Amino acid sequence: MTELLALTAAQAGERVRQGDLERGELWRFYRDRALADDLNAFTWVCDGDDPEAIDPSGPLGGVPIGVKDLFCTEGVPSQAGSRILEGYRPPYTATAVERLMRGGAPVLAKTNQDEFAMGSSTENSGYGPTLNPWDRTRVPGGSSGGSAAAVAAGLVPWAIGTDTGGSIRQPAALCGIVGLKPTYGAVSRYGMIAFASSLDQAGPLTRDVTDAALLLQAMVGADSCDSTSLGLPEPVRLPQATDLRGIRLGVAEELSGEGIEPGVLAAFEQTLEIARELGATVETTRLPHAPHGIAAYYLIAPAEASSNLARYDGVRYGHRAAAGDLLTMYTRTREEGFGEEAKRRIMLGTYALSSGYYDAYYGRAQKVRTLIAQDFQKAWERFDFVVTPTSPGVAFELGSKTADPLAMYLNDYCTVPMPLAGIPAISIPNGLSDGLPVGFQIAGPAFSENRILDAAHALEQAIGFDGSAARA
Amino acid sequence: MLSRDQVLHVARLARLELTEDEIERFGGELSKVLDHIEKIGELGDLTDVEPTSHVVAVENVLREDEPRRSWPREKMLESAPDVAPGGFRVPSPGAG
Repeated sequence: MTELLALTAAQAGERVRQGDLERGELWRFYRDRALADDLNAFTWVCDGDDPEAIDPSGPLGGVPIGVKDLFCTEGVPSQAGSRILEGYRPPYTATAVERLMRGGAPVLAKTNQDEFAMGSSTENSGYGPTLNPWDRTRVPGGSSGGSAAAVAAGLVPWAIGTDTGGSIRQPAALCGIVGLKPTYGAVSRYGMIAFASSLDQAGPLTRDVTDAALLLQAMVGADSCDSTSLGLPEPVRLPQATDLRGIRLGVAEELSGEGIEPGVLAAFEQTLEIARELGATVETTRLPHAPHGIAAYYLIAPAEASSNLARYDGVRYGHRAAAGDLLTMYTRTREEGFGEEAKRRIMLGTYALSSGYYDAYYGRAQKVRTLIAQDFQKAWERFDFVVTPTSPGVAFELGSKTADPLAMYLNDYCTVPMPLAGIPAISIPNGLSDGLPVGFQIAGPAFSENRILDAAHALEQAIGFDGSAARA
Repeated sequence: MLSRDQVLHVARLARLELTEDEIERFGGELSKVLDHIEKIGELGDLTDVEPTSHVVAVENVLREDEPRRSWPREKMLESAPDVAPGGFRVPSPGAG
């Protein structure tokens, strides 16, 4: 049985397709592990048998998957980590999840997350925090912390999450796994409970780069239910590259120096050395406006969130507070149902959009967004990829940043510029600092997923990161 | 620093009924975040910069305007906290 745990999802799927492994055995193995979860990684686990409607001859090989709570899944609790949606079972399934099921991956569990994906530690979940399997006194990162912890601990073979300002890449880094945020529009947002619609994008959290490519391959595609979805111009290929010959890496000066923990920087430098050995050229580049990413992000995302979260009014679904009149019903429902961070961001976003402040805040943030996108455009003239540490630090202790929202927001320093520019980026584990995983981020131009996966694969093979300690 | 009145004004716009403790705390916390955010003022005059609201160039995604089946009403009412025949029931807007 421990042998099953050592297989990547791609390897397990291959065995199922070859007839060397019975799909029911794989399902039961992971179901029992997920049911015994003591990290609070899940908000729901299927306690039944392998759903037979899923065809394991598909590319995903019948390998069960964990899905972030905010993806609508028909008849299954989909609460986006919020008490205001407690017990909500949607009447339909998100397109991304539907595509995974069609590809041969049955949904085993819904994973814990920060409420409405607002957070970097999963401590803002209405259903309690998730623990990091590398050290249970620490956070797994967030907002897709449940997916990251579950994959790292081997409670699910693979998972999906969403990334708005780093919510796939940062928890992947803090849990020692791979996380990919695709180009905006690559994956349909239909059925994803919305946080910030111009930034939200779904993607895989997996043990290795090949697993990430397999999930991405199944998820991408234009969808008539999401008019911003485009798919990708070419099919996603499984990565094969083992070297980086001819690849030009730009080290973003603004995102890889000041404010980054020494242990994270040391691992970063080591990975750059490996990249050189693999044939890449490594030079410093500038993203002069990237340091303003946090400010622009924390105006744009809360502004969009304040609008998206207006729908939680106690009328059509979710929690409703008892009240004698309509207005009191609205305000009390929202007071009772939303957690602190959701309220804080609704307040921030409403303020930024309110009369007299709109131009100075939201309008200006949209212009900064243009400047950040132009910085990347300029970098692509000289470089194939921009590389940075994924997170300024390793996993921090539970409770250590909850009293200081700004300190929590600064965790996203290295990951917010990419969604603001709409470009894809991957985080791969590149070592340990004080026994805790560190992530290496590779960002590329829009629709460069295949090249990013190849580069990540070559580095992954050379780094040889061993995540088995977290699955013990 | 956001004043108490400003916090209450924004809460009213956002349809949030805050507790005394939250009014106090959010004032301080949001002020601190806004102080950081105001650093985008350092970028000077941005008059000539186009704002970005959408990162990928797509416009006017159209489809044929043909009648399609929609969700059955009963299915959409299943998740509602309170239903009247054929619709959602809410408290009266004027009863307060």
